[in-house]
Amino acid sequence: MIGPHSYIRAVFWPRLAGNRFAVAGGVVVLLLLVVSLIAPLIVPFSPNEINAWEVLAPPSLGHWFGTDDLGRDVFSRVVYGARISLLVGFVAAGIAVLIGTLIGLLAGFYGGWIDSLLMRVVDIMFCFPAFFLILAVITFLRPSIWYIMIIIGLTGWMGVARLVRAEVLSIREMDYIMAARCIGCSDRRLIFRHILPNAVSPALVAATLGIAGAILTESALSFLGIGVQPPTPSWGNILTSGKDYIEFAWWLSLFPGLAILVTVLAYNLLGEGVRDAMDPRVKQKR
Amino acid sequence: MATYLLKRILMLIPLMLGITLITFTVVHLAPGEPVEMQMAMNPKVGKEARERLRKFYGLDRPLHVQYADWVGKLVRLDLGRSFSPDNRPVTAKIRERLPITLSLNIIALLLEFGLAIPIGIMAATHRDTWLDKGITVFVFIGFAVPTFWLALLLMYLFGVKLGWLPISGLHTLGSDSYGIPRYLWDMAKHLVMPIMVASFGSLAGMSRYMRSSMLNVIGQDYITTARAKGLPERVVIYKHALRNALLPLITLAGFSIPGLIGGSVIFESIYSIPGMGQLFYQSVMSRDYPVVMGILIIGALLTLIGNLVADVCYALADPRIRHGGGAQ
Repeated sequence: MIGPHSYIRAVFWPRLAGNRFAVAGGVVVLLLLVVSLIAPLIVPFSPNEINAWEVLAPPSLGHWFGTDDLGRDVFSRVVYGARISLLVGFVAAGIAVLIGTLIGLLAGFYGGWIDSLLMRVVDIMFCFPAFFLILAVITFLRPSIWYIMIIIGLTGWMGVARLVRAEVLSIREMDYIMAARCIGCSDRRLIFRHILPNAVSPALVAATLGIAGAILTESALSFLGIGVQPPTPSWGNILTSGKDYIEFAWWLSLFPGLAILVTVLAYNLLGEGVRDAMDPRVKQKR
Repeated sequence: MATYLLKRILMLIPLMLGITLITFTVVHLAPGEPVEMQMAMNPKVGKEARERLRKFYGLDRPLHVQYADWVGKLVRLDLGRSFSPDNRPVTAKIRERLPITLSLNIIALLLEFGLAIPIGIMAATHRDTWLDKGITVFVFIGFAVPTFWLALLLMYLFGVKLGWLPISGLHTLGSDSYGIPRYLWDMAKHLVMPIMVASFGSLAGMSRYMRSSMLNVIGQDYITTARAKGLPERVVIYKHALRNALLPLITLAGFSIPGLIGGSVIFESIYSIPGMGQLFYQSVMSRDYPVVMGILIIGALLTLIGNLVADVCYALADPRIRHGGGAQ
């Protein structure tokens, strides 16, 4: 029997490090974090600096990604957009994983009518086209970045709940749980001290993939004009002006879209890599 | 089979009830009211007129009364009347939009299947070769491309640069006067880009699913038997393995419905297609509660029906379930 820490050191890390795709994803994820933390040091212009003399200028040495319809530097706006996207991604996925884990734990641990009830709620939530639900709630509440994060989280927890529940169902039957029960552990202690640590791995993968999903959703909302509101730059709302000027300024559409693509790709690769590294059925080498 | 079906249909009732509850809550608990939106545009309207308007829309009653009233009508397939100035029945509004969205999505789904199945088979049969790796890379990029961005790129390439395809609407202005073949051709040209965008969304996921499903089947004993008999690989794959590998895709098609419908907001608004997604967007913007609730309900209902149909098809296709042997 190896403890969790030596397991991570002996099996998890080497496996993850051996997966080239996952490593590439991880490097990009770290890079994006650094970039958004030190954004003010990187950008050549202030993201909201209007310049009437250089409206819709194509990419050049001065403006790497060109300028937009107000003469703002697109590169600077894309860099600042990373901050918004990552923030939304982390918080929304965090909320989804928190709710999903809790519901999955309760449903799996207690079973019976609690389980049936919670799983029916999951079924019902899965029926709605999530994007419709998000669209309606955010518009009714008035678009703001906080609402966006909360609503995306509130509509994205169901998958996590199912995964965690399935995990709990199998853990619940193990001997060590029986032993803990026998020495008189309370339900709460059983759930959070003994089951949660072993059921958390699918939630971690879901979180990584959820960040990617939340970034995509936020950018679509902002693109439709009900997400992050101008002048705050977000990849989605830069693309809105990209659509308006599609006939004259391809760079307004190309670069923010590429930023989304690379970011989402990186999180997905990392998430899949983590999943494979944790899955005992996957063979060491891919 | 009949009892299975009956059980499934009975299970829909509590789900439907939950769906109406969530729909109603989402729409009515939000702060602000549609009446205020209309007031904001016309400040001269007094308090009295505002109360009259609320009464007219039935918004003055307690929430549970409104809910009971709405569900009561819903059971009789009455979705109420739109708050918009035309005041038409919601069902009529949805009925003229739904076919457009539905047929677009069905074509997209068929196209997805048509592409994802061969891609998945190819990746599985050439496992770990450069072909498989190439497909994997394509799949991951497909997962990460925002559909609205793809729509923009296509629009730029085919609409603006090359000028091959029209970039908005379903018809060219004045196409009513065309002969039928030319009318259809015109419409087909308008549909190419929206369908490409709609199907690309889940193409990646579906081909990956097909790949793993195929790999799963290929690993089973009866395939080894078929190979051991000396059957040519082509027969083994396409006659023996394919059928079983296709089964899980039926379920996946059912699951992909909410995504397809949800995605329609995006490509319909980009390509100005008068479908349900566009209607939803407009109704949300003008706080047209009955239409918003109606579309949410229809969307969820379509998902339920889709899942049911998928499960029934699965049961029909899989003898283990058909004969009641395997546990559902």
